[in-house]
Amino acid sequence: MVALCPDMPRLDGDRRHLARRLGLLLAATLVLVSVISLGWGASGTSLPRALADLLAGRELAVQDRVVLMDIRVPRLLMGMLVGASLAVSGALLQGLFRNPLADPGIVGVSSGASLGAILAIVWGGMLPVGLAGAFGWYQVPLAAFAGSWITTTLLYRVATRQGRTSVATMLLAGIALGAIFSALAGLMILRANDSQLRDLTFWGLGSLAGANWPKLAAAAPVMILALASAPLLARGLNALALGEAAAGHMGIRVQRVKSRAILTVAAATGAAVAVSGGIGFVGIVVPHLLRLASGPDHRWLLVNSALLGAIMLLLADMVSRTLIAPAELPIGIVTAMIGGPFFLWILLRNRGVLDL
Amino acid sequence: MTLIATDIFVSLGRQQILSGVSFRAEPGQLTAIVGPNGSGKTTLMRALTGEITPRGSITLNGRDISSLTPEALARRRGVLQQATALSFPFTVAEVVRIGLEARDEQAGALVPAALAAVDLAGFAGRLYQQLSGGEQQRVQLARVLAQVWQPVDPKGPRWLMLDEPVSSLDIAHQLTVMRLAADYARRGGGVVAVMHDLNLTALLADRVVLMGKGQVLSQGTPAEVFTDAGLSRAYGCQLQVNTVPRDGIWILPQTAGLSA
Repeated sequence: MVALCPDMPRLDGDRRHLARRLGLLLAATLVLVSVISLGWGASGTSLPRALADLLAGRELAVQDRVVLMDIRVPRLLMGMLVGASLAVSGALLQGLFRNPLADPGIVGVSSGASLGAILAIVWGGMLPVGLAGAFGWYQVPLAAFAGSWITTTLLYRVATRQGRTSVATMLLAGIALGAIFSALAGLMILRANDSQLRDLTFWGLGSLAGANWPKLAAAAPVMILALASAPLLARGLNALALGEAAAGHMGIRVQRVKSRAILTVAAATGAAVAVSGGIGFVGIVVPHLLRLASGPDHRWLLVNSALLGAIMLLLADMVSRTLIAPAELPIGIVTAMIGGPFFLWILLRNRGVLDL
Repeated sequence: MTLIATDIFVSLGRQQILSGVSFRAEPGQLTAIVGPNGSGKTTLMRALTGEITPRGSITLNGRDISSLTPEALARRRGVLQQATALSFPFTVAEVVRIGLEARDEQAGALVPAALAAVDLAGFAGRLYQQLSGGEQQRVQLARVLAQVWQPVDPKGPRWLMLDEPVSSLDIAHQLTVMRLAADYARRGGGVVAVMHDLNLTALLADRVVLMGKGQVLSQGTPAEVFTDAGLSRAYGCQLQVNTVPRDGIWILPQTAGLSA
């Protein structure tokens, strides 16, 4: 009936149209930011010239080809996927724990992924050649996935009792797990050789600088799969906002929703951390802004989080490439500089529910 | 086409919460469960809704509820809990819609109708978390009502399971909600409600189940169950049942022995 009468006033409190419009706007912005990001950088590559060459069917100039195809395009794709994965992981964790303060970085899920990745990097060389060959580029993402899956599962077990999650326990358990993982990571780093050490340091701060096609080929399918399946959890997470018992009464298979959410977070965060290290705060900033703009309905929140996460990370990457050019600032530093104060602001707004 | 619990037992740790409860509710009737605090009313409700699995059997419309999928159960009955928290800033309209969309049903015109039924027309755009406790309780009832909107469908009657639906409501809205429940029953649905207000129960319930210490003490019509001796024993205080000409019975606490 409503659809037949477009002039009929929309029901108050229905924010779907807002979320839909926001999604379109974000998609358009992402395209724009992607193009700008491709043309952004220290080298003398000209994006218009390269595009003109492409459109005219001419061979690209060697320099354009190297800079664009070997460096900027994989970096762009990596930035988009990592940003989207971290933001969606944040939104999923928040839905799962039923509070807006969960973030893969803050509750230790990223630390778990890092530890897995570090183990793979340092011990990877010791694997029998055949086995190492079989896993190849997949070794690090797989280990990171295992690390974040174990962490998320542990965290959920610790912080949730009879379907109720304590925010304080969740945050404190996250700190404890993070501390344990950092200590273990430190131990591993002591055993690393010089070249591994350089990799680990840069990677630990969070960076897209190492983006290349083989890494992308290993991590992108995992991230894409996680991003594509996340919206399937939307209705379950919406119902879960009313509590586990209520969700069950509404016909939701609660245990299934929860274990799938944990698996999706582990896949998205694990793959993102494996290729880009500890980029923090995307997962908390993005969903929070979107909830303010168009409400907490997960059907749009998850999709829009992916888009805004990608945009934010591309912007942060441009900042990190130019702020101290020709050197490059690890992108994790940029996101922490912005995200840290933002997190404090959310804490202040939510002091009531925290009850610490 | 009834809701039947046969000889159910529930224990938490070593404590026996329900011991040998048998219970029966018919569609077309408002069945109230009453009894003192800790008598097992809410636990019985949780067993009847499938939230916990007791020893014994519970059948809904002839099917064992443990054999029904969550989706099938959700189509047959809606559950209003004593307290429902909400973790994100949803609007009233969004909260009501969640119940429908959890099972892929289109909300259409149901949301405003359900809100009007609980006297919350005009509240659709408000943020749930900014409402008063009583208003929130009515929003939850609207959500549950929308989930099982038609009291009867081709597969049989549907059920409203309400745990203390009027506990935080003012007297006018207590009546609104209880009349709504009674009306749902008149139209062929089944209603089971845990109640504390004995007079409201006497006024509107078709059947009453009086519980005490995890057992059913008596069940029947309000006039049958609400006797001076039965109520006084169940609640452990002196209660007197009076007959009121127009509305049936009225229960008064006796103050003899208390200082004025």
